[in-house]
This record gives sequence, structure tokens and C-alpha cells, in this order.
Amino acid sequence: MLKSKTFVKKTRSGGVMKVVREHYLRDDIWCGSEVCSECKQESTVLQRDACMESNLCSYPHYLLPDTNVVLHQIDVLEDPVIRNVIILQTVLQEVRHRSAPVYKRLKDIIHEKEKHFYTFTNEHHRETFIEREPGESANDRNDRAIRVAAKWYSQHLKASDSDRLKVVLLTNDRGNKEKAEEKALLVYKFEEYIKSLIANTELVDHLALSNDDKNEISSSKVLFPEHLPLSRIQTGIKSGSFLQGTFRASRDNYLEASVFVQGEEEDSTEVLIQGLQNLNRAVHQDVVAVQLLPRNEWVAPSSVVLQDEGKAKDDNAEEEEEEKALRVSAAEAARKPTGKVVGIIKRNWRPFCGMLNLSQIKESTRHLFTPADRRVPRIRIETRQAASLAAQRIMVAIDGWPKHSRYPNGHFVRSLGSAGDKDTEQEVLLLEHDVPHQAFSQAVLSFLPKMPWAITPEDMAKRQDLRHLTVCSVDPPGCTDIDDALHCRELDNGNLEVGVHIADVSHFIRPGNALDKEAASRGTTVYLCGKRIDMVPELLSSNLCSLRSNVERLAFSCIWEMNHEAEILKTRFTKSVINSKASLTYAEAQMRIDDTSKNDDITKSLRGLNKLAKILKRQRIEKGALTLSSLEVRFHMDSETHDPIDLQTKELMETNSMVEEFMLLANISVAQKTFDEFSECALLRKHPAPPPSNYDILLKAGKSKHVEIHTDSAKALADSLDVATVDGFPYFNTLLRILATRCMMQAVYFCSGMDNDFHHYGLASPIYTHFTSPIRRYADIIVHRLLAVAIGADSTYPDLMDKHKQSALCNNLNYRHKMSQYAQRASVAFHTQLFFKSRGILNEDGFVLFVRKNAIIVLIPKFGLEGTVFFDSKDKAKANPNLVFDEEGPTLAVEQHTFHIFDKVKVTISLDDSNIQHQKIRMALIDPVIPGVSVPAPDVEPQAKKPKLDR
Amino acid sequence: MAGLELLSDQGYRIDGRKATELRKVQARMGVFAQADGSAYLEQGNTKALAVVYGPHEMRGSRSRTLHDRAVINCQYSMATFSTAERKRRPHGDRKSTEMSLHLKQTFEAAVMTQLYPRSQIDIYVKILQSDGGNYSVCVNAATLAVIDAGIPMRDYVCACTVGFVDETPLADLCYAEEGGGVSSLALALLPRGGQIALLQMDARLHQDHLETLMEAAMTACKGVSKVLDEVVRQHLQEVSVLTGE
Ligand SMILES: [Zn+2]
Repeated sequence: MLKSKTFVKKTRSGGVMKVVREHYLRDDIWCGSEVCSECKQESTVLQRDACMESNLCSYPHYLLPDTNVVLHQIDVLEDPVIRNVIILQTVLQEVRHRSAPVYKRLKDIIHEKEKHFYTFTNEHHRETFIEREPGESANDRNDRAIRVAAKWYSQHLKASDSDRLKVVLLTNDRGNKEKAEEKALLVYKFEEYIKSLIANTELVDHLALSNDDKNEISSSKVLFPEHLPLSRIQTGIKSGSFLQGTFRASRDNYLEASVFVQGEEEDSTEVLIQGLQNLNRAVHQDVVAVQLLPRNEWVAPSSVVLQDEGKAKDDNAEEEEEEKALRVSAAEAARKPTGKVVGIIKRNWRPFCGMLNLSQIKESTRHLFTPADRRVPRIRIETRQAASLAAQRIMVAIDGWPKHSRYPNGHFVRSLGSAGDKDTEQEVLLLEHDVPHQAFSQAVLSFLPKMPWAITPEDMAKRQDLRHLTVCSVDPPGCTDIDDALHCRELDNGNLEVGVHIADVSHFIRPGNALDKEAASRGTTVYLCGKRIDMVPELLSSNLCSLRSNVERLAFSCIWEMNHEAEILKTRFTKSVINSKASLTYAEAQMRIDDTSKNDDITKSLRGLNKLAKILKRQRIEKGALTLSSLEVRFHMDSETHDPIDLQTKELMETNSMVEEFMLLANISVAQKTFDEFSECALLRKHPAPPPSNYDILLKAGKSKHVEIHTDSAKALADSLDVATVDGFPYFNTLLRILATRCMMQAVYFCSGMDNDFHHYGLASPIYTHFTSPIRRYADIIVHRLLAVAIGADSTYPDLMDKHKQSALCNNLNYRHKMSQYAQRASVAFHTQLFFKSRGILNEDGFVLFVRKNAIIVLIPKFGLEGTVFFDSKDKAKANPNLVFDEEGPTLAVEQHTFHIFDKVKVTISLDDSNIQHQKIRMALIDPVIPGVSVPAPDVEPQAKKPKLDR
Repeated sequence: MAGLELLSDQGYRIDGRKATELRKVQARMGVFAQADGSAYLEQGNTKALAVVYGPHEMRGSRSRTLHDRAVINCQYSMATFSTAERKRRPHGDRKSTEMSLHLKQTFEAAVMTQLYPRSQIDIYVKILQSDGGNYSVCVNAATLAVIDAGIPMRDYVCACTVGFVDETPLADLCYAEEGGGVSSLALALLPRGGQIALLQMDARLHQDHLETLMEAAMTACKGVSKVLDEVVRQHLQEVSVLTGE
């Protein structure tokens, strides 16, 4: 059955190496088609009646795309219409090699049963394997392999009883197509085929532009210098004449960018790039090669705001004007290393969200697309549905940027819905913050437990039965993913036993499978206003893992024996089974504790916990833990329309802090245990102390009200914040704490073997980790696995013990965590806008939080809303007021009035929707009255009568 | 994307084999007339030559003489041209000393040394071309050479390397697979009784997986033994034709 064949390959690594590899050819690889009677296959993928109605193919047919079609047209292949496709191993390997994201998408399609995609292992099939001929390039060889496989398929299917069934080769390569036609194969260009599909005209818009089309689109005039080939770039980088770095476009000026060059260890440089020619078609986030300009051509970053707006600029005249405006002569000192892009090392294009600017020519099918991200250039696309897409948010992918085209060429991927619509905007902010939010793929879902699920005796083998304990959970209202539950009871010896029970997610998510990989990639559940994007499928997050009341659930328990002074006498960890007796909200739990008439087990348990939590909190604060403040906003949503109807800052109750206290304790205990056991690969969380300069603003703010703040240690800071009060200004302390929060560093996950500073500054704990929320954080799952190994309840796997792999995982988790916070903030901002849209103009009291050169930043405590009041107007006709900024204060004098930090002001708030892609809250000053600057207080319109802002 | 895909979704390995399939084994016995026994064995692209001298009187230091059985002396070496990168391989480097020792242990367990007290058996093995599983191929080649020398053994000693990828054991690893970050295990087995002559593992593997991996290794070794048996029978037939018996 095995046919051995040896072939010789040469690879270069240092020198020439002769690699001899065996290559077995088989005759037991089947075709995967339903019609075939020859192959002895157990199951088939390709259907008998593979009908896609097409003008070109009136018979049932299978599609066989070549590598480039898959790489560039994956958007079309993903469409449900495209079914019964043969993916050759040659194609799959080439795709894997060339683009990891496309490879992943392709694999997802293959896994989807309804798509009927079949992978044919042609490279190991006796009749379809070919050897590379002398003088043949690897690409040509692969193209030939694809043709040979296509030929084999068509003959193989002809032999079967259904002779109507055919195989259609799809390629965009002209040479390949001609050669295929010589071999009498059925072959079409991809565009040709898609356009022939009956009743699927909108698919045409998803087509990526192929090389032939690009030439037609723009004038033949060369606008940009040629990019250097990769080989020359590499020599250049080696010799030091070029630098390699990540291209970062400026948000405010489309003619400016910087390239971030990572140097040895810490030192890295930034190279400034100015002007279209020098930017040379690089797009934000690309990895590029730059060449420094001679020193006398160096410039300073301009402070001009320039947006690429208006109609398409195909002649350069206008642009040159704008570029001139940039070259203001700068002082020698302000000049920065300036360079030009000479080549692209790696494109980092993703599909971009944005909106279409319609072409002025009515019949034109070519339009410019403006991405929501200002750092991305406008993209030219071709579509026939421009009119209907005009008011919609859409996604567009870049296909290429030829040197004679002012804009990159792209294609329409999909519509997200009409702009301003809640669902659409949510989709946009998820995409722009790189939050994976697609439905879970079939492959992922296949690893879920089969329903109905029940605890089996095997599950019990390494678990302790804690079903008899009076366990309960306390969470915010409406919480369906309950990670944690608690219990407290008195022991016979008079001590207290306290247990924290955490959902045993790692029991369901086994290392390395698709479900695990997906969760690791998502990293965290993202909570937006009124929507939750789960890290794990709902069956787990809201059902099997959620520690709901009166059902048996698997848990991972951390159990302490404490005395009544909350001193820990014993700590133990065990996998367990629990049966929660109640799922309470914070308010419900609080009511039980306060209600003296109640005396049941749950209430007693809660009171015990509450008592201990207070002691723990006091001890923690004595050690120097910070209590900081940030205004968290909660929207009251209309239950039917899900529109925000009221805003409220989140209220904290004693029970909030009770639960928090035990979670902290569990996290610390687990951190210590896993670190003791695995000093090299414990996953921990640290919070570095901020550098002293971070505190400048806080110190200045305190000074302005004659309050001294000490920042030498967390303890000193906490103490000085506690005593910082100003008579007649009750809100002062909260404002200070808000400011202090802004001075802090970001807490991060790290692997203990890669770092030696473990300290958690904010919690004043020498070691810390996350253990208590495995349903919504992947870090906790890893910590669970480590702890399970430590107590002998589960087995390890190599990646868990590999500090480099774990470090890479931490990087992803930190990134996802950061992005989810940004997404969350963006969601709050959007809902705030919706809220103000419905409320019209409001006049509110606020406090000055920061003072800037030309503006003050105002916090409205009532809404937890921050906004900027600008004093220089963009309107050139109006004279700017006289502004004097003093950095020491900091203070800003506007005409006669001087603004200090924490000044009380009154502002009017309204929604500025003049730019539909970038709506924002606008604030204007009412009080103090400064002639020519402040505005008269507008009448607050009665609510709900006029939902829209009237101007 | 880093690394090779060692096992595709369709269940094929990089060289086209399925998880449990061995490489093609080809062997010849009695390749050198001067030696007491010799064999040449190819397992895929790994090729080894084994030569056996003895049993004969102890040579060199007599202090090593054992009064109840024969001493087995093994020497392993690699040809300079055996790998893609050409390296000078001095005799007695750490790796080959270790390998020699492993071979010695393996054959001490298999050869009926008590039949030859105070004597010595020399086994020399050279890897002519290396493509993974050097130890196993050496053992298999040496087994044939020992049989060729007519030295009684308890059973064939068959060896095979297995690895563990995506929860699946892979039999008879080639070089690319060995280098691909697989935790691998080499097993030398006396297949009839199922006794283990030598078990070697350098990589980390969780104990829960050990059993599956061992089972796969045993099956693979039994596969090898079938091939060796065929080779021996074929050789005997040829020899008996020549001698006219
Ligand atoms: Zn078939």
C-alpha cells in the first residue's frame, strides 16, 4: 500500500544543505464525492447534486480554486452560496504558509458541514503527485500540481455513474488558465464565474480586484516611487542603510506618520515621515523599511490638523499645496529624524469599518470609502449598490495599492447596517477594537459536553462532595454567568470555615482543543452596555459552569479555617461538587444581613462572611492598599427598545466589598500556592508602582487646595488621601481619588519565570493572580489548571510548563484585556451620546478635572461624563480669546477669568452629530460668565417632546 | 505560522503516512563474508550497517572477563556523510558513547550470554544515513547481524521510536518529526514475551499519556518484528538453496 519515493530538496540555512525527505504515495486517498462508487470511503463530503445556478455551468459541478483565489477571495468563499468546493492539499499548504488569518478562516469553512468543502490530499496520492521539473519554479510546480489534480478529478468523476458532474478549476492567473485549457480542463476566472451566478449579483461586490482590473481603474501616471524587492530591503537592513519598523499613521494629519524602530533591548527610535511620496503607500500598522533623509532635510512634526476629505484627488496639485503647509520652518532642536518608506516588509491589512463617499458622477461604480479609523487612508472600491450603501456602515478590505493610484484599491466585504443604528455601531466598535465576536464555529462547539449533562461517578473520583454546605452566590442583578459562590460556617472547635467556590471551567475546557484555543484567543468576555460577548459558548457560561442555585455544579473550592479575628489557620484547595442554596443580588444579600428577624442558614452564613470581610478589609488598608475611585456609569435601559433612559453612577454596598474581599483572599492564596509549586511557570498578575512623575498632576491638584499628598509609598498615598478633605467641598476627596486612579499603571499578567518583580501596588500584596472568574477570563483557566496539577487533581501538558509559551499567552491576554476596556468605554460613550440625543440640551454642574493649553476638561459627576470645553474656535472669522496657560498651577487664564483644577463650573451639554462617523458630546461654558466665551444658558427642553436636537 | 503541521486534519503525516504506519523496512543479511555476522538495514531513509564478531576469547584487559557469561561489547558510530550537515564525528563523543551503552544494555537483555562464559561478543553499528530513529534502526540491524552470526537470542529484539502529537501517538518518527517538538520515546522489545529490553525517553510527557504511547510503541515493535522475521526466513531460504540442503 505504501509507495516510497525519495526526493531531494535544497534549503538554505547558513549554507546549502541537502535535505532528503521521504514522501509516501498512497492509493487509499478517496475523492470524497457522493456519486463515486469506486472509492472505498466511509463518509462523503461533496454532494451528488452540487447545484449552483450559473450561466456558464448548466450542470452540477464542484469548484476547485487555486491558491491565489483562496488567498484573495476568501470573503466570497465564505458566502453560504458557495458550496461543494475541493481544497487541494497543495492549496492548503500554500495558504498556511502565506497568510495565517486566511488559513484559519479556510479551516473554519472546511469544518462547517453545510459548506461541503473537501480537502483532497493530492500530494500523497499516487496519481496526482508530481515532481518538480528541472528549471521549474516552486510556484509553477504547484500550479501544475493543481491542474493535474483537477484533471484527475474530472476523469475520476467521469468514470462514475453520474457523468454530468464536472469539476471547474478557478484561477485568476492567465498563464495557468491557458495551460489548463490546453489540457481540456473546465476553467474560469474567478470573477467570470461569480458574475455568472444567477440571482447572486451582490456577491460580485465582494470580489477582490485582480491585477488586470487595477490597471483600468486609475490613470497610468506614476504617483509613487517603486517599492524595493524584499531581497534588497534585507541587504539594506543588514548594512544599516535602511531601518525596519512599524508604520504608525498620524490620527490628525493624513500626510504624516512615524515609524517605530525597535532597537536593541530598550532603546528604540521613531522616524518621522512626511508627505505622500515619502509615505509611499504604507498603511497604518504595516511593517516597513525606511531610509533616513540627509540631516538638512529633517523636519519637525507639524501641529496642523489635516483630514483627507472631499472629492477624490487624482491630480496632485491640491495635495502639493497642503504638503507645503506642513513645511513650516522649525527650530533646529524640534527637528526629528525624518525618512522615507522604501519598501513594505509585511502588510498588516485587515478589513476596515467605515462609510462610503458617493462619487459625484451618478453612474459611476467606483467610490471612495472613508474608514472610521482616521489613521487608515481612504480606499477606492467598485460597487453597484452604492446608493443603498450610502447611509450604511460597511466593511472594506484593501486588495492592493499600485504605484499609479492615489488611493489603495479594495472591495466591499459586507454591510454592518445603517449608521447611527445601535446594533451597527456596536458591531463597528467591536471590529475596531479587534474583539473576536463571531458566533462560535462548529469545531469549537463540537467540544461542548453533550446534553443532557449530569455528574458522573468518574467526575466524582477526584472531587469532594460539598453539596450539603449552605453555599450561596452574590452578584449584580441580572448576572447569568455566576463564577463564584461562598459559604461560612462555625466548626466544632469554635473556628470558622470559609469557602470560596469557583466554577470549574477547566473541567470542561481541555487543553489544546478548538474550544480551548478559541477561549485563549478571545482572552476575556467583553461587557458592553446591554450586550455581552462571551469568551466561552453560552452553554458553559450561562448554564453548566454558572453556579446557579439549586442545581449541582462542579466547582474548584478554596477553603480556609479562620478564627474570629480573620486569621487564616489552614488553607486547602479541592475540586468539589456544590449545590448553591441561593443566587442573591448585592441588595438582597444586604437586606438579609440587615434584617434582624431573619435567622436562617444562608443569612447566618452571610453575616459571618460580612464580619470577617470587614476585618480583612481593615487589615488590607492598614497594609497600604489603595481605595481609588472611578465613576462607573450604569444605564437604565428601556426593556423593550434597549435605549438608555437614565444614567446612574454605580452604587456600592457593603456586600459588594464583602464578595470582593474574599475574592482577593482566594486570589492571593492561589497565587502563593501555584508559585510555591511552579516557581518558573506560575501565571501571576502584577501592578507596578507608578514612576514619581506620574503623580505631578495629583500633587499640584492637592496643592491648589492646600492639601499635601504623599506619594513615597502606597501606604503614604492611601493615608494622605484619607485625610484630604476641604471644608465646604465634600466632593473634593472623590475628585482626588479619581485623579489618583489616572496616575496608576496598568496591571498586567506575566509568567513568574520571566520576571522577578511580582508586587501588586494597588492591593499592597507581594503576590497576586486571577483565580475567581474563569468563565469570563482565560487567565483564570490557566491558574485553575496549574492549581489542579499542584493538588494532583488534573494532569499537566507541555505548554503549561513552558514559560515562553505562557509569556506569549500573557501578552495576548493583556492585549485583549486592554482592548476590551477600550471597547467598553467606547460603548459607554456611544450610549451616552444616545442618551443626550434623546434628552436634548442639558445644563449641568461639573468640576474642572484637567487644565490644558486651550481647553478645560470637565467632569459631570451626575453622569460620570467627561468632556472638553475648547476656548479657541476653529472658526477663523471669530477672534480667539486671550489665553494664558501656566504649567505650574496648572491654570488657564481666559480673558479675565482664571481656571484652576477642581473649579466648579456650569456647562451646557449637547450632541454634535455633524459628522455621522464621529459623533461627539459637545460642552460649552455657561458659568462663570466670560464675555465672548461663555454662552447664555439655553432653555432645557421638556423631555421626550422633541427627541431630536434642534438647532 | 510557525512550525510544521505534523498531523493534518485528514490524518496524514508530513511524509504521507498515517499515524500508526511504519516506514518501509528493507534489509539484507550476511553482507560481509569476513565477519561472523552482518546485516544492512534501511528504515525509510535511515540506513545502518551492523557487524558482529564472536563469541571469541576476551581481548585486551582480561579483568573484564565474566566467569558465568559472555561480555557484550558495542560500538556505535555515524558516518560523516550521514546527515545533511557534514560534521567531523570523533570517536567516543558523548552521544555515541551513550548510544553504545544503550545498545550494550539492549543486547545483554536479549543474547543468551550464559552459553558463552569467559568470552566476548563484539557488535559494531554504523549509521550510514540518518533520518530519525537512529537507535531503533541500529537495534534492528544488529539483531539481524547477531542472528546471522548464529548467536542464540531469547527473541528478536525490535525497536521503534514513537511520538505524541495532538493526543495521537505517531509510530516510527522521521527526522523532521523528531525535530518538530514532539515528545518521543524509544522502545526495544522482545515481542514474543512482551519483555522490554530498553526504554528511553528524554522529553517531558505526562504520565497519563504514557500508557497510550507505550501501547503504540509495542504495536510498532511487533510490526518491525514481523518484517525482520520475514527477512530472516528469506535469507535462510537463499542460504539453504546455495548449500544445496
Ligand atoms: Zn472516488
